[in-house]
Amino acid sequence: MTPIRLRYTKNGKIRFASHRDVARIWERSLRAAGVPMVYSEGYSPRPRIAFGLALPTGSESDGEYIDIQLDDGRPSVPIAELPRVLSETLPPGIEVTGLAVLEPKTPSLQAAVTSCVWDITVTETIDEINQWVQRVLAAPTIVVTRERKGKAVTDDLRPLIRSLDVVPAAPGTNGGHRIRAELGTQPRSLRPSELLSALEPALHERHVRRLKQWIEQDGARLEPLQAGAAPAPHTTRCAS
Amino acid sequence: MTSIWPELEELLPRVQKPARYIGLEGGHQQPEHAPHKVAWLLAYPDTYEVGLPNQGLQILYEIINERDDAVAERTYAPWVDLEAEMRAAGLPLFSVDTHRPAADFDILGFNLSAELVYTNVLNCIDLAGCPVRADERSRHDLLVGAGGHCTYNPEPLADFVDFFVLGDGEEVVAEITEVVGEWKRSGRPEGSRHHVLRRLARVEGVYVPAMYEVRYDGAELMGVEPRYPDVPAVVGKRTIADLAAWPYPRNQLVPLTEVVHDRLNVEVFRGCTRGCRFCQAGMITRPVRERPADQVRTMVQEGLRRTGYDEVALTSLSTADFSGIEKLVADTVNDPANCGQVSVSLPSLRVDAFTVDVAASIQQARRTGLTFAPEAGSWRLRQVINKLILEEDLYGAVESAFSQGWRRMKLYFLTGLPTETDEDTLGIAELARNCVELGRRYHKGASVTVSVGGFVPKPFTPFQWFGQNTIDELYRKIGLLKDATRRMRGVQLKWHDPRATFVEGIFSRGDRRLGPVLEDVWRDGGTFQEWSERFDLQRWLEAMARHGLDHEWYVYRHRVQHEVLPWDHLDAGLHKDFLWQDWRDALAEVGLEDCRWTPCYDCGACTGYGIEHVVASATPPSGGSQGTGQDLRSGGAVPVTLLASPPRAGR
Repeated sequence: MTPIRLRYTKNGKIRFASHRDVARIWERSLRAAGVPMVYSEGYSPRPRIAFGLALPTGSESDGEYIDIQLDDGRPSVPIAELPRVLSETLPPGIEVTGLAVLEPKTPSLQAAVTSCVWDITVTETIDEINQWVQRVLAAPTIVVTRERKGKAVTDDLRPLIRSLDVVPAAPGTNGGHRIRAELGTQPRSLRPSELLSALEPALHERHVRRLKQWIEQDGARLEPLQAGAAPAPHTTRCAS
Repeated sequence: MTSIWPELEELLPRVQKPARYIGLEGGHQQPEHAPHKVAWLLAYPDTYEVGLPNQGLQILYEIINERDDAVAERTYAPWVDLEAEMRAAGLPLFSVDTHRPAADFDILGFNLSAELVYTNVLNCIDLAGCPVRADERSRHDLLVGAGGHCTYNPEPLADFVDFFVLGDGEEVVAEITEVVGEWKRSGRPEGSRHHVLRRLARVEGVYVPAMYEVRYDGAELMGVEPRYPDVPAVVGKRTIADLAAWPYPRNQLVPLTEVVHDRLNVEVFRGCTRGCRFCQAGMITRPVRERPADQVRTMVQEGLRRTGYDEVALTSLSTADFSGIEKLVADTVNDPANCGQVSVSLPSLRVDAFTVDVAASIQQARRTGLTFAPEAGSWRLRQVINKLILEEDLYGAVESAFSQGWRRMKLYFLTGLPTETDEDTLGIAELARNCVELGRRYHKGASVTVSVGGFVPKPFTPFQWFGQNTIDELYRKIGLLKDATRRMRGVQLKWHDPRATFVEGIFSRGDRRLGPVLEDVWRDGGTFQEWSERFDLQRWLEAMARHGLDHEWYVYRHRVQHEVLPWDHLDAGLHKDFLWQDWRDALAEVGLEDCRWTPCYDCGACTGYGIEHVVASATPPSGGSQGTGQDLRSGGAVPVTLLASPPRAGR
């Protein structure tokens, strides 16, 4: 059994597929590509694949990850070929951009990822955005109350906001101004839409893209392909 | 010729399930449009998740796109949230393949499989930017066509649809494409719309309602007759003789979001001769045409490999009747290429132990529920409807299933059948209780779900003359079953809304006068009527009353022998006198054997088309009664007789 981790994109029309849809797409694409997977036991065996933090439906991403347990007992395409073979099988917009063979017992993506970097395009003017960002950064706490499983839960969002930068739209484009945000995911993850409504008046999102996910490990910030990667010759990272 | 995607993607973040509208399925095509090519927009008038799996639409999508002179794309009814956004933003109906507006196409072709989608058809035509009434369309507007089972009574939609296709679509789409292509290349001169429709009316299997005059005498229909000498008086259905020549879909679409029947589907045969008298599909798709087993194997293997599905359904109206079914499913399950991970499903299980054995052998990987359809609660009534299942067939099937590990079973029944008494209705509860008792021998928690649908008489069946049960009567019968099953441990009762059954009944056998009713209900917002949360009986009753139409006359009335039926100018291949005789036999409680293995009754389906049943085996499969009501334990050696009375068992 060889555990591997793949990094992939979710861009273009496919961004409207939900997290569950993407899981189904992966399962079928892995089978169609002839990737031998380890299956769970029981009446309804499922392949042992695991995803990271769900990406909100409609958002794009350059940094999605999936962990797969390969069945070594069955023939497979060479591991280094998997990104190419899978990119051909997966729908347009989902492209595999990196691969790592993992050490056994590598913590799951859900448990290990500590923050995500987001590019959030908003509809407001640059002045409104700058003011809003300054107020957020200056706030000692940002307490919100939300409903969870029928109960009101109160959280301070401020510690989850690791950094906020304003990226003005390139002149002459109608791309809109962006906020580059690094948002924490532990003990719970802060979503871009929640960030925008954290302080009144809320900003309005036009487009959201996840750029990166980070794993903090012993004070170092690692990309999930590095964290837990076996020191094997398999480890490849594609240029794109 | 532009994509509306940039405008559409602004709307999608605000609607439910936006993946319905993005296309990109495995197997989808991005055809290149050109001025000389006929562009078909194939439409399923319900949500994406209901419409995408439709095999008829997928077959035509491929066949048309293989042509040099045509392209095909797909569209589905946008859910009400997106529709509102589209109307507000001024966006038209679009294809999901290249997101082109409907106006970029020449033909908008609907699949019609249920009456309650008719208002969605009007809504899609309107969203396409086309006048909903056919007589208001100009030479620049879309040609609106429709195929599928509901076209066997197209009259309620005659005001809105330019042409209907009867029967198998594989060959006729080519002929329609040629006629429309010639028109398109001629530049569609002023006044030419009439001519292209008249040309289409001469294509075999195509019915153009505008070419026919309807005569009435008071409320009574006198006839639907051609207006022109070159238009046929009777339009016959199309039938492909050899399924092997049409191994489609070759590239079944693999959706990116969840749909119904989300699996590989391979059609193993078309047509059915079991002769169930309530079943329109079985009557209008005759004769039986099996696909060669080797071709099925190839389609299954290639399909699984290409799609990555881990489930394949072998589809037909009664798959256990496929010659050599046991070997076929065993080969599929045991194919080393599938690594033991592929399950096979038989969506139309026959009720007998043999079938369950097959099911058990193939569902080792994943054991889903089992569904049987005895359809009626007593042997007497099953003879009336010609569903010749003995009680011992059912108990044999159920016991076999429980003993092989299944714990839950679903039983389908119809209520409101001809001659049905309360004793027959209550027989349903009795059967269910006995099934649960059998199950208890094997599992403490054995359970049976009884699903009851109200019977809607359909055109081109022996029951086309039968007056449907009233809403109240159906509620009463369901009430009897509710009372009877209330204290039965392990029996769960579900039923179809009798009010929806009633509206289906209006349109199932309705005539052209219903057009304004459809238009009213659609204008009033009555779309997605097959969705219970959107269904509204009051709208339908009010629209009927507004147009002076008597719903009792349409739904509840028994038709008489020599009455002109609204579909008499169409031909499904069945002689009307055969159907009438079968109706009399039904009332006399006389069953009729499956003609694959017995002499011909001359229903007309084979003789009229010069083709015969294509089956690999001339003898019935052995084991149980095979749903024939006969002892077939020794297979084809059993002499076949017409069942004049119950041979044994039953009550």
